[in-house]
Amino acid sequence: MKEAVHIGKNPSAEPDLQELMGSVALGDQQAFAGLYDVVAGPVIGVVRGVLRDQAQSEEVAQEVLVEVWRSAARYRSERGSVINWVLTLAHQRAVDRVRSVEASAAREHRAALLDHAPEYDEVTEQVEARLEREQVRRCLRTLTELQRQSVTLAYYRGMTYREVAESLALPLGTVKTRLRDGLIRMRDCLGVTA
Amino acid sequence: MSTVDLHTLTGAYALHALSDDERGEFERHAADCEACTQEALELSETAARLGLAVSAASPAALKSKVMRRITTVRQDSPRVVPLTRPPGSGSRSRRLSRWALAACVAGVAAFGGTTVWQYDRAQDANEQARQSEQRTDAIASVLAASDARTKSAELADGARGTVVVSKSRDEAVFIAAGMAAPPSGKVYQLWFNDAGTMRSAGLMDSHRTAEAVLLEGAVDEASGMGITVEPAGGSAEPTSDPIALMTFPA
Repeated sequence: MKEAVHIGKNPSAEPDLQELMGSVALGDQQAFAGLYDVVAGPVIGVVRGVLRDQAQSEEVAQEVLVEVWRSAARYRSERGSVINWVLTLAHQRAVDRVRSVEASAAREHRAALLDHAPEYDEVTEQVEARLEREQVRRCLRTLTELQRQSVTLAYYRGMTYREVAESLALPLGTVKTRLRDGLIRMRDCLGVTA
Repeated sequence: MSTVDLHTLTGAYALHALSDDERGEFERHAADCEACTQEALELSETAARLGLAVSAASPAALKSKVMRRITTVRQDSPRVVPLTRPPGSGSRSRRLSRWALAACVAGVAAFGGTTVWQYDRAQDANEQARQSEQRTDAIASVLAASDARTKSAELADGARGTVVVSKSRDEAVFIAAGMAAPPSGKVYQLWFNDAGTMRSAGLMDSHRTAEAVLLEGAVDEASGMGITVEPAGGSAEPTSDPIALMTFPA
């Protein structure tokens, strides 16, 4: 079994985050400022990765952060960590924007993306650029090439598994299982529990 | 899609890599599949770690914008609705797919805590708005019912409570005005009075001093209602003396 590792301060910071969320849910703006400082960076990173557009990213990130404030009372700790709740929201909103029929510009951009070679290497480079991201980088390396490509395209580019399949010229079923197997391997490598 | 196929979607689900239809199909399957639910949760936590790894610098201007905006954004409370409809909720709700609607209904049905989907569609703001709209409609229906009976009472500290009961709908609405905010970490909980036994009827929003709340559950044989101060999240039964008791209009 592989040694479990943790990224930076995240797991140990979680109890504090839950406390902050409790105060935010009760309308405490100062607590929200504290929560903001912890989650804004990851939110912006995730949204920007998927949208690849500065102006749209900022707009969506802003919406996500305001939504965190608005819907804080619906967070339930038994259903996952605060950071997961926030980043799930951020990723979902970014993906919604990319897939939304209204965002025609984004759609064209997306079509252009699909025309090109997969950009997972670029993402991996970004990941490698930061020392504290060492664990994710190391764990990504434990994946097979296909698992790694599938997972990074889906998460960091917000592609559906159909788009991943198209992009990598793989059968749908293969991509489905690669996404699952890849994430399971990441989970075990990172020592994630839920 | 077969059950086995659905189970292999946990990874794609956690990465938001499913279409809306597939997502709905997976969520309906997972509602009865504890193993899928657990795996999807773990893989979602794993995906969040991927997200943490691409954390970017946060522009100072964004923080001031967000901090400014939240001062004007009313926070959601799971069980109550503001008296006005959320802007734009009508047009938004029309865009929802039938799967999203199904997930929404499932979310409402599972409100008692059986759902484990922190992130399911039912929690999305659009659907929350639609649910709010439904509850607003429900409140309006009680208020407009031909057999609606109203009774008002002075509560503590100059606050005023009005209860509207419709026997035909078997529902009641409580309208509060001028209530002090509950102590920090506490909420006002509403109760039906069943011949001296208190039955929970939901929570009030801590941040508003004037609101209308549709009491959760049927009026049934309840003769009145009470309000207590409870720890955040509410209690299964009152843990303190009521701050107000009202009998229902005859």
